[in-house]
Amino acid sequence: MAENLFNRVWDLHKVKQLESGQDQLFIGLHLIHEVTSPQAFDMLRERGLKVLYPERTFATVDHIVPTASQERPFADALAEEMMQAIERNTAEHGIEFFGLSTDMQGIVHIIGPELGLTQPGMTIACGDSHTSTHGAFGSIGFGIGTSQIRDVLATQCMAISRPRVRKIDVRGSLSHGVYAKDIILKIIASLGVHGGIGYAYEYSGEAIRKLSMEERMTICNMSIEGGARVGYVSPDETTYEYMKGRRYAPAAEHFEHAKEYWNSIASPEDAEYDDVFELNAGELEPMVTWGINPGQAVGITERTPRVSKIDRDHREVAEKAYAHMGFREGDTIKGKPIDIAFLGSCTNARISDLREAAHYLQGKRVASSVRAFVVPGSKQVAKQAEAEGLPGIFTEAGFEWRAAGCSMCLAMNPDKLEGRQLCASSSNRNFIGRQGSPTGRTVLMSPTMVAAAAVNGSVVDIREHL
Amino acid sequence: MQEQHAAIQYVEGRGIPLRGNDIDTDQIIPARFMKRVTFEGLGEFAFYDHRYDTDGSPTKQHPLNDSRFRGGSILIVNSNFGCGSSREHAPQALARFGIRAVIGESFGEIFAGNCIAMGIPAISLPHHDIEQIMQAVEAEPATPITVYIRDEVLSIGEHRYHFDLSPAYRNALLSGAWDSTSAMLNNLEETKKTAQRLPYTRNFEPAGAQ
Repeated sequence: MAENLFNRVWDLHKVKQLESGQDQLFIGLHLIHEVTSPQAFDMLRERGLKVLYPERTFATVDHIVPTASQERPFADALAEEMMQAIERNTAEHGIEFFGLSTDMQGIVHIIGPELGLTQPGMTIACGDSHTSTHGAFGSIGFGIGTSQIRDVLATQCMAISRPRVRKIDVRGSLSHGVYAKDIILKIIASLGVHGGIGYAYEYSGEAIRKLSMEERMTICNMSIEGGARVGYVSPDETTYEYMKGRRYAPAAEHFEHAKEYWNSIASPEDAEYDDVFELNAGELEPMVTWGINPGQAVGITERTPRVSKIDRDHREVAEKAYAHMGFREGDTIKGKPIDIAFLGSCTNARISDLREAAHYLQGKRVASSVRAFVVPGSKQVAKQAEAEGLPGIFTEAGFEWRAAGCSMCLAMNPDKLEGRQLCASSSNRNFIGRQGSPTGRTVLMSPTMVAAAAVNGSVVDIREHL
Repeated sequence: MQEQHAAIQYVEGRGIPLRGNDIDTDQIIPARFMKRVTFEGLGEFAFYDHRYDTDGSPTKQHPLNDSRFRGGSILIVNSNFGCGSSREHAPQALARFGIRAVIGESFGEIFAGNCIAMGIPAISLPHHDIEQIMQAVEAEPATPITVYIRDEVLSIGEHRYHFDLSPAYRNALLSGAWDSTSAMLNNLEETKKTAQRLPYTRNFEPAGAQ
C-alpha cells in the first residue's frame, strides 16, 4: 500500500482543504510569460494585492516574440505592448525576468529545466497547458488560467481537486528511427484526447527509464493532449545527473541532501495507482497525425481509419478531420506532399532534437517545394547548437535558422501557415487554425521525421532514410 | 481586498446548441486575438474562424451566428469541450459574448477550472440528456432554460434534468464566494508553514542555516 509520487508530493504541498472542497496547494515554482499574465497583474492591482513570494516566480517571453528579427520596438505594436507589460509587471513586483536582453530567454518549458529551476518533488504552475513538461523531473506541473495565475501570484497557492493517477507502463525499448514523440502520440491515440480527464499520468517502465531527460520532457509535454493535466516520470539517476551544475539547481555541497528529498518522493516499486495502461515500445513505429487533434494518429505504415469503423462518438470529429485535411479514408500519410517543415516548440526544440535532425540533414538538401525552418527552444539551446556547428548544417541544407520562441506552434507571432499549406511539424497540436491559417493543415511527427519530410518534399518513413 | 461576487442562485436564458466533440480552446478563441493585455472586447472574436469565412463574411450555419439563437446565454455542448490550450481567453470570450452557463457532456480540465474561477457554471449531463436538450432548443429556440444551482436541476419546457455539482462548488456559487484568492489568503500562516517544511524552499540548506 505504498503511495505514488503524485500523492506524496500533493500531501507535502497541501496547505489545507478549502471550504469549496478543493485543496489549497502550495506552488513551489511559478513560471509566467507575456500572454496569460498581464490580466492577472491587473487583477492584483485592482485588489491592492502584492506578489506573496516574488522569488518563487520567474518570467520569460516566448509566445509573441518574432523569431526573424527581435529588434525593439517590435514591428507588431500589439506584441510590443505585451512585451512592455511583462517588463513593467516583473520590475514592479521584483520578479526575475529572462527577457530578450538576457541569454536565458526561451520557451518557458525549455528554460525552466535548463536553468535548474525545475526540480523533483516540486509543484509547478504556469499559465500554459504544456506545463506538464516539467513532470519529466518528478515534479507536478499544472497548466492554469489567468485567474489562477492571480491566485498563485497573490497566495503562492492554487485551489484544485486531487485527480486520480494512471500508470502508463511502457515496456521494451524503442527501435531505430522511433522516438519519444512516437511513444506519446501512440499513448494519446490509444487512450483518446479525453482519456486523461481527471487523471495524472505517471510514465514508467523500462522504455521510459532508458530515455534521456529531454526525451522524457517530450512525453510529459503532451500529456494535456491526452486530456491529462499532469504527466510525470519518477526521478532517478538520469534526472539527478541532468540537474547537476545548473544555475538554479541545489549547490554541490547540498546536492546529496537534495537527493534524499528527491528519493523520498519517488514512486516505489509497489506504489498503487487508480488505473494502469500498458504499452510495448518495441512494437512502435514512427507516428503521424492524419486529423485535427493529436489523438488522430497512425503508424507511418498504417492506413487512416474508415469512418464507419470508428467508435460512434468519434465519427463526427473524424469526418470533420477528413474534410479539413483533404485526406481519404484508408489512405497512408506517407507520401503526402508538404509545403512547410517546422522544427521547434516546447515539445521538440531541445538540443537533442536539433542534433538528431542535423545528423540526418548532413549533406542533404531541402526539397525546392518546401520552406523549412528550425527554431531553437531557447537562447541556451541556440548557443549550444552554435558551439556544435549545427546552424551551419541546417542552413546548408536549406533550413532557415531562427531565434528562440514558440514560433509556428501557435502563430501568435509572424511565423504562420498561409492558406491550405500542409506543415510537417514537430509541435504538439494539429488543431484547425492552430498554425495561423484557418485552412492550414498540420501533420505532427518527430523532429527527425520533419527533417526527412523537408528533404523528400513529402512525409516519409524515417527508417527508410537512416 | 475581498472581492465578493454576485451570488448565483440560478441562470436563466435561452439555449445555444453547439454540436461537436473535442472542441478545443483554439477554436473558441484563435491565438491571434489574444495579442492584447486585457480580456476586453474578446466576445466578438469567440469562434471567429467558425463564424466567418476567410474573406470575413459570416457563415450562416454556425449557431452563434444563427438568428434563431440570438441572445442565448446558455451554451449546450458535447464532450471534451474546451480541451487544449489553458487560455482563460476562451471562457472570457464566451462570457463577453453573453454566455452565463455551459452545459455539456464533459469539459477539458483546465477550461473547467477557469470556469470555476470565473463563476461560470460548467455543468455535466449524460449524452442522451444533452441530445434531448439540443433537440428541444433546435425545435423551439425561444424555450427558456433555467439552471437551478441549489436544486441541481436544469429545466427546459416540461423537462427537468438533474445534475451533480460538488457540494462545495454549489455553495460557492450560491454564496458568491468562489473567489479562491480571498479564501487562500485567509490561510497565510498555514501557507508559510507548508513552505517551510519543503526543503527546496531553502535550497536544501540545513534547517536553521541562513
